[in-house]
Amino acid sequence: MNFSVIGTQFPSLLLQGLALGLIYALVSLGYTMVYGVLRLINFANSEVFMIGTFTTLYVQTKILGYTNLSQPIHGLKLWYSLLFSLLSSMLISAVVAVIVELVAYRRLRAKGANRLASLISAIGVSIVLLEGMGILTGGRPKSAPRLLEKWSFGEIAGANFRIDTLLTIILPIAIFVILNRFVTRTRLGKSIRAVSMSEENSKLMGININKVITLTFIIGGLTTGAASFLFMTVYENTAFNVGFNMGIAAFTAAVLGGIGNLKGAFYGGIALGLMEQFASAVIGSQWKAVTVFVVLVVVLLFKPNGLFGEAVQQTRT
Amino acid sequence: MSTLKSFNLRDKGADIWASWNKASRVAFVLFLIAMVGLLPFASTFGPTSFLNTPISSYIDVLVFPVGMFVLMALGLNIVVGKSGLLDLGYVAFFAIGAYSQAILSTYYGWNTWTVLPVGIGLAMVSGVILGLPALRLRGDYLAIITLGFGEIVRIIAININITGGPNGIPGIPNPPSFLGINFNLENTRNYFYLVFFLILITIWMIRRFTVRRPGRAWEAIRQDEDVAALMGVNTLVYKLWSFVIGAAVGGAAGVIYASKVMVISPDMFKFEVSILILACVVFGGLGNIWGVILGGAMLAYLPERIRFLTEARQLVFGLVLIIMMNLRPDGLLPRKKREKVTEKGSA
Repeated sequence: MNFSVIGTQFPSLLLQGLALGLIYALVSLGYTMVYGVLRLINFANSEVFMIGTFTTLYVQTKILGYTNLSQPIHGLKLWYSLLFSLLSSMLISAVVAVIVELVAYRRLRAKGANRLASLISAIGVSIVLLEGMGILTGGRPKSAPRLLEKWSFGEIAGANFRIDTLLTIILPIAIFVILNRFVTRTRLGKSIRAVSMSEENSKLMGININKVITLTFIIGGLTTGAASFLFMTVYENTAFNVGFNMGIAAFTAAVLGGIGNLKGAFYGGIALGLMEQFASAVIGSQWKAVTVFVVLVVVLLFKPNGLFGEAVQQTRT
Repeated sequence: MSTLKSFNLRDKGADIWASWNKASRVAFVLFLIAMVGLLPFASTFGPTSFLNTPISSYIDVLVFPVGMFVLMALGLNIVVGKSGLLDLGYVAFFAIGAYSQAILSTYYGWNTWTVLPVGIGLAMVSGVILGLPALRLRGDYLAIITLGFGEIVRIIAININITGGPNGIPGIPNPPSFLGINFNLENTRNYFYLVFFLILITIWMIRRFTVRRPGRAWEAIRQDEDVAALMGVNTLVYKLWSFVIGAAVGGAAGVIYASKVMVISPDMFKFEVSILILACVVFGGLGNIWGVILGGAMLAYLPERIRFLTEARQLVFGLVLIIMMNLRPDGLLPRKKREKVTEKGSA
């Protein structure tokens, strides 16, 4: 236990926690979107994240032709490269998410199967993606070229405020704002909310359920893909099993905030990122997962539907 | 109703079983036990030698993973199948059993038979500690908390001294001989019979519970918890019971496992194991003992049988999960239709 760390490093822990938390928030939006509509944990979302990181890597090395030895680039070319890898990561992740839905969920849903059956088939898809990528990469971790030179804006109250931190703060917030508007204002967004309230009634109102479900998987894939891009920009390496820890963290974040609720996933992600950073600093990084789960249990005991509650009425098993 | 589409092997089997008299039932059960008892010899017997596993030792495979997975799948089935609680951290109880055996036998010199009840007891106590807060929550919240519990147990095992940290505990003694049966490296076959015996006891226990008050309470809770509570079922107590009994089976499996492999380390108790056991339960047929046994045996055996595929074997395993769940969403041997009727609404 080392509480003095909080006093000395508070701003920098806060900043790092926030950046990490916002990456979690993007992935947990992927979980929460699907959960809101299907009432199912999309176990394969962690592998969607993994595919996203490899897409970013592939685009940067094979298509844009940067290597691990190339110098960081500047100016218009930099922003073009970053935007291109961001968009391709989002796009491919969304495509993978849609494939996951087709393979793991659609047929089972048409048969009216038990929810656990879909859970297991999603786990099957997850294993296939994971092991497939493991074979392709030979099980070795891969490092990404550094496109963005990580210059610092200077110190804010002792915290080193870098360009990549700024990027990981702005991009998720922008995505969240757009997504929130989309879900609350547009016709498609309203149909998503309708399906999450009652599938039967939405069907009667003429909403195409399958279309809405595919749409939620696409949105989940897009946000998760954006998270993969940010992860690669900040941490600069990936491996075929990178999705596992991210998946568990993001799902925990979604539950912490109140699963099925966009705001919940977003703030839950931030809360989780901050908690992990402070717990690592105070009681050691090996205990951070324990701290997170203990906090989760305590929160759920007092607020059984998460910090922000579920968007719709209480979930049933 | 006997069209092929609505054909349910489990119901058919139950009909046949119901039409038999006591003598033929006893004969059938004895026949089944004898067949399973002969399994260790199947790899050297001509017509069944295709069962032999390349690379890994066939008899070892029968004990772990096959026997252990069947045992744990039966335990998890009480929680997930019978009372409908999604537990994603079942490996924790297995780990607690294994570590009780490892610590009590290497540091304090206890033998396996004295550790067994203690290990089971510790697993049950931890089931209560986890269950009391977690079981007040519903559905997927329970899933994430049990998942977290499984991870916590593993992280604690990595980070404290008595569990040997990441290296684990080596030199765990084998069980002493019991009624003249030796348990050591030369007699791995006897471990199979030991696990088989535990499986039989577990089956007997589950069948007794199912037809009595707890079984009916679990069934009611699984179908509709609110209605069950309205009918006067003390839902928290019965959910806790199913959790604790499931934990006991996991703990027993852990104790035997540790004394068989003689060295344990935290990475044997990863989240993947919980998922795999859950897959056994759902793949075989949620809530049906025979389906769960079949599922456990198949999913544990398959990766060993296709070990020659090296890297691709997990990939093939994933494909099998997807294809089988798509073809038979209720598992290989689904539960009785009578029990399924009210499930549709919540699907």
